[in-house]
Amino acid sequence: MNAITTAVPAADDHTGVNGTALAVLIILFAAVTLMGFYASRWRRPTSMESLDEWGLGGRSFGTWITWFLLGGDLYTAYTFVAVPAAMFSAGAVSGFFAVPYTIVLYPIIFVFMGRLWSVSHRHGYVTTADYVRGRFDSRTLSLAVAVTGFIATMPYIALQLVGIQAVLEVAGLGGGNNWLAKDAPLFIAFALLAAYTYSSGLRAPAVIAFVKDTLIYLVIIVAIIYLPHKVGGWEHIFGAAEHKMATPNPIDGKPTGAFVPPASQHWAYATLGLGSALALFMYPHSITASLSADDRNTVRRNASILPAYSFVLGLLALLGWVAIAAGTKPIGLDGKPNAQLVIPQLFEDSFPSWFTGVAFAAIAIGALVPAAIMSIAAANTFTRNIYKEWLKPHATVAEEAKVSKLASLVVKAFALVFVLTLDKQNAINFQLLGGIWILQTFPAIVFSLYTKWFHRWALLAGWAVGMVYGTVAAYNVANPRGGIHHFGGSLAQMPVIGELGYIAMTAFVINVLVAVVITVILNAAKVSNGSDETIKGDYFAVAGDPRVKPLPEPLSESTPSP
Amino acid sequence: MSAERQSGAGVDHDTIPPANTTLLIVAGVLLALPIVALMWVASYSRVDPKLGAFPFFIWYQFVWVFLCSGLTYTAYRLVLKARPHRPMTDETTEGGRR
Repeated sequence: MNAITTAVPAADDHTGVNGTALAVLIILFAAVTLMGFYASRWRRPTSMESLDEWGLGGRSFGTWITWFLLGGDLYTAYTFVAVPAAMFSAGAVSGFFAVPYTIVLYPIIFVFMGRLWSVSHRHGYVTTADYVRGRFDSRTLSLAVAVTGFIATMPYIALQLVGIQAVLEVAGLGGGNNWLAKDAPLFIAFALLAAYTYSSGLRAPAVIAFVKDTLIYLVIIVAIIYLPHKVGGWEHIFGAAEHKMATPNPIDGKPTGAFVPPASQHWAYATLGLGSALALFMYPHSITASLSADDRNTVRRNASILPAYSFVLGLLALLGWVAIAAGTKPIGLDGKPNAQLVIPQLFEDSFPSWFTGVAFAAIAIGALVPAAIMSIAAANTFTRNIYKEWLKPHATVAEEAKVSKLASLVVKAFALVFVLTLDKQNAINFQLLGGIWILQTFPAIVFSLYTKWFHRWALLAGWAVGMVYGTVAAYNVANPRGGIHHFGGSLAQMPVIGELGYIAMTAFVINVLVAVVITVILNAAKVSNGSDETIKGDYFAVAGDPRVKPLPEPLSESTPSP
Repeated sequence: MSAERQSGAGVDHDTIPPANTTLLIVAGVLLALPIVALMWVASYSRVDPKLGAFPFFIWYQFVWVFLCSGLTYTAYRLVLKARPHRPMTDETTEGGRR
């Protein structure tokens, strides 16, 4: 970040501000900001001063809004920057796994999300930690789930900023040597995001998601039709990719990456896909978007139409290889190569500048939707499961909403400070750890939707062991090519199997084994498993059943302040 | 499957609503297919046969996007049929049944 000396020689090539592109980017961004503020009036809530309204959009989103919201939420700006970047620099195993990941994701959520929706709506749960609290009567296990979700989400928000930064950097902004010129654009973008999230809650990202997805689809379809033709056809693209991946890396002499995963990396490819898929819907922001659906079946119907995004993600991944054929040189404003810039750079090199602006806007706006939902979800978790549970048990509904709004500001401010003061690599490291950590909450949340067999202390012990194992294993991964000694990647050798595998998956298996063994012991010793406030029928309730309603809080009829 | 057509009165709601197990198993198999197919990486990590310029590895996974979508939707229809909704009655709060 401070390599001023190296920045000088490269300055001529890369600090040129792309005026037209920047103008288009700013206009689209401004339009979206206005929509964000207007969103509080959309679908007319009587009051925003309850967490149900602010944090779950009144739990009233139908199939299509849910589709846009979930799609806008899960396929983040960072995904759009990082997946093609991984394809570009490391090949199919670390890049294209995103496709099987986002395919197997949907059968998995189809299976459990209906139950989670039903039980949450019968008992007014807003977060997974709420559910765990009610299901196991355990504040400790609930706190473990809440803290894991909260901590795993923070770096994810920071990475959305990294996505915006990549666009701004290629557009020529943020290159100045003084702090203000360098960071002001990012600062303004996030201040606007914070302001309309504060006033409109979950409605803001739901409205903006329409724009985001339309722009993303437009840009990717144009890119995937126009660019291959421009760089010499798919034959040439795959040829160039195969050649680059087979070329030995100068540092370790091994091939640069995989064009098609070799036998030694099949486990890695499979576990990355499955582990990521199991983890994604444990994140608070995925749960928030799912619970805001208006009915149990809205979520399940969505599982069959959401793969449309997976298709687009696959095309986008291939753009990383298009960039290889196009000879894209992703070089940051500091003059160093930075693979994360490959997609914005490819767009700037190949498109007319007005369309480059549209493409940049798509990525930047793509960062806003998930960042807004993540901060709302993290704030919900903090308010309900930490503030209300541990700090102020008698908080009123209006107080809850107020704390939640403030917490969402704090979370975003933290993400901004994180990205501005620390090296980007830290955000990526923590995101990697976040993925490993969040998967460790899976047994407590999902297994318990089906069976009462697991013991709460056994689940807690499994979670703890999984967290420690995953953290240590990730710490020990070195990446000599990047000159990184710790947190160098998400793959490590799996015990017993002996092949490379996704650390989160290994930790998950260990977690489950521990939970099973200790459950057997505790059940044999007849240790109390707490009182379960849910009944079996709760897991099958639909909209219209008793108590399955947005909480009818009799609040004053006030319009939310903009 | 006529019992759950009746209203929820007199039903113990701390039980799993009755379902057609065969249909549920079929739905489960449909949902498991994409997972098994894609986790079996050895079955598709190859270049040939190509589709146009696209290696098998790439286009095969794109095909699974559509297959998975279709299978999930079929499973959805089956599950709806297998376990018709049993209306709930509220035993604890104000309302009776609706």
